[in-house]
Amino acid sequence: MRCARFVALIALAAGLVTGGGALAASAEKGRTAYIRHGCWQCHGFEGQGASSGAKLAPNPIAIEAFTAFVRTTAGRMPPYSEAILSNEDLADIYAYLQSVPKPADAKSIPVLNQ
Amino acid sequence: MKRRIGAHEHRAREAAGRDAAIADVSRRNFLTGVAVAGAVTTVASPPANAATQAGEPGAAGARRPSALPPSTHVAAKETAPPQELSRIKGVAGSDFMVDVIKTLDIKYLPANPASSFRGLHESLIDYGGNKMPEFLTCMHEESAVGMAHGYFKAAGNPLMTLCHGTVGMQHASMAIYNAWCDRVPVIVVGGNDLDAAHRPPGVPTIHSAQDINALVRDFTKWDDTPFSLQHFAQSFIRAYKIAMTPPYGPVAISLDAGLQQEPITSNGEKLYIPRYVPTSPPQGDSAAVKEAARLLANAQNPVIVVDRAARSENGIRLVVELAEALQAQVVDLDGRLNFPNTHYLRRAPSAVNNADVIIGMELTDYWGTVNAWIDNGEHGIGVNTSKIKPDTKLISISSVDLNTKSNYQDLQRFQVVDVQMAADAEATLPALIEAVKAQIPNERKALIEKRGEAARKAFAEAKDRARAEAALAWDASPISTARMAMEIWAQIKDLDWSLVSSSGIGNHWPNRLWRMEKHYQWLGLSGGYGVGYGAPAAVGAALANRDLGRFSVNIQADGDLMYAPGVLWTAARHNIALLTVMLNNRGYHQEVMHVQRLASFRNRVASLGKDMGPIGTSIQNPDIEYHKLAESMGWWAKGPIKDPADLGPALKEAVAVVRSGQPALVNVWTQPR
Repeated sequence: MRCARFVALIALAAGLVTGGGALAASAEKGRTAYIRHGCWQCHGFEGQGASSGAKLAPNPIAIEAFTAFVRTTAGRMPPYSEAILSNEDLADIYAYLQSVPKPADAKSIPVLNQ
Repeated sequence: MKRRIGAHEHRAREAAGRDAAIADVSRRNFLTGVAVAGAVTTVASPPANAATQAGEPGAAGARRPSALPPSTHVAAKETAPPQELSRIKGVAGSDFMVDVIKTLDIKYLPANPASSFRGLHESLIDYGGNKMPEFLTCMHEESAVGMAHGYFKAAGNPLMTLCHGTVGMQHASMAIYNAWCDRVPVIVVGGNDLDAAHRPPGVPTIHSAQDINALVRDFTKWDDTPFSLQHFAQSFIRAYKIAMTPPYGPVAISLDAGLQQEPITSNGEKLYIPRYVPTSPPQGDSAAVKEAARLLANAQNPVIVVDRAARSENGIRLVVELAEALQAQVVDLDGRLNFPNTHYLRRAPSAVNNADVIIGMELTDYWGTVNAWIDNGEHGIGVNTSKIKPDTKLISISSVDLNTKSNYQDLQRFQVVDVQMAADAEATLPALIEAVKAQIPNERKALIEKRGEAARKAFAEAKDRARAEAALAWDASPISTARMAMEIWAQIKDLDWSLVSSSGIGNHWPNRLWRMEKHYQWLGLSGGYGVGYGAPAAVGAALANRDLGRFSVNIQADGDLMYAPGVLWTAARHNIALLTVMLNNRGYHQEVMHVQRLASFRNRVASLGKDMGPIGTSIQNPDIEYHKLAESMGWWAKGPIKDPADLGPALKEAVAVVRSGQPALVNVWTQPR
């Protein structure tokens, strides 16, 4: 049952990416949705992660895996159904995470190397 | 003028190796006089007109219904200060109590003043000269106990505090529970007026109870209610001794107000102060030590897990010696600094996953060390999974096994282990190390050395990963907790520093990226996870560090500070130098996540109201200006710092202030964790 649901979610996620303009994602809207839905609480405002939640950005995992995880997770994070987090918001959140720039190399930050 | 015998004289007699008989001639002469005793009885009797005032109908006219408004006379009686006890000549019993207290070299006494211990309070500051102990004015009993808690972890010596009867003990109770869970000795003395017939009526009676210690009995090692001064002397020394025998813990003495205030009386016995002789900590049974050594010496992948194993610099040295003898990975669960974080054998908790033998020393939660619990079950029940291989052998050394109580559940879940020693880890380590060295087979020595080479490589890689994680969101605003930790480190790394408290910071950045090698550089957390520990414990530890010449730094969660911010005033009032850096994430983030989690499980959108977190979990609208709060209580302060580029310079200024001997606070707006 769960497996079938997972496949369906991957199909949905693929649709989010390739389905055309109707679900064109916005990083700007995504940041707002990221905050409104409480993602920042465990993952930080920049998706950097913390002891409370995994690193999400930069370089988020593939959207298929990302979507499947958000909808069905049985780990520390509670699942977010479509009823409380729309596909559009989820796509925007993913776009926001993709927009987070790469950090500087840790070795180039003097304060980090003392 | 009568000569008083002071503490120095008692100590001199103690040094001679015998109990000191101290009732001096002048005191005895006064106290044994029958005529004087009779006089006391006389003046302590109720006034002749008392019965009339209290109840005789004829005295105040006809009986009136109780619902009528009080007369002027009654109103005055109800609002006036309680009637004083009659003046009593002689040497106060509380002076003798001070003599007893002084034999134990207790340096400070943080407390909030109160009538139920006024006798002892007055004796401490006037008879005792307000030295050893020095009274420190606190604004909440929870702050006072929290200060004693932090002080002990930095200094290694306990403090005593005074609590006011029912109300003071209730205020103190959460901090006592933290001390209990964190295995820290605190001597709590609660004033209580036991004599219901003679104590002041009104408020002092509301603040009295038959047994104030009942409030904290479930989470103190021992308590007593002395009925005589000699009983007090025995109780106080015994309380100190029990508190200071591993496992350490808080103790409570209920101190009758009458016993403090009344003069020393004698039935012919001489008062004496028992000599304090420390109790040796319990060592593990020799057969169990030998079996544990056999398992460790023959293990392919032994892992050492430590929580409160090291009580001192020597404790750290012993854990290092055991680890190096086995080239075993060490997981430090951070109850104390048990193992240097610069040592190549230090590992993350996941190291237990591949162990074939695990030795846990003074663990708070053995079950949680080798199992995982995920709050994401189908029916609202968490999911349990084992982290370790089925045939992994488990060894435990814990003194807490000797100190079990039933009601409060700090024992955690039951974990079956193969070798269990009810013993103090630090005291058992020398025998265990010797046994391990003796039992390592010659043919295994090369293999063990090889484990060390692999460990060095893994340690270097873990450090690189930590730095790479810290670089994420490095320039973000609000400021990342990693950036904040490293900006602090840049300012203090060349000082003899002590991280006195660290509440709320995610990813344990200081533990991962600062160099921690001395026991006072990391003092652990609260123990009971009662919010409100961080600020007072920081001030208490900073007090100890001030006297030891160390620089104190505190990473302070915002919600924690607001439980009892008056401790900031105590720090300024008593010149306790301390750098406090606010981790101001404007919310109760543990609770933010709980509500969010439940909303998601229930397929509902968490209601935020006007805030960023679910209603009831944010500390915003208005934002608290912690720098102004601190300034109002005599601190140097700066903030709010929101731009990471401003943080280093602000900290530099603050460090200079603290080095000049004053407390300083920098209010930093941070990421949630």
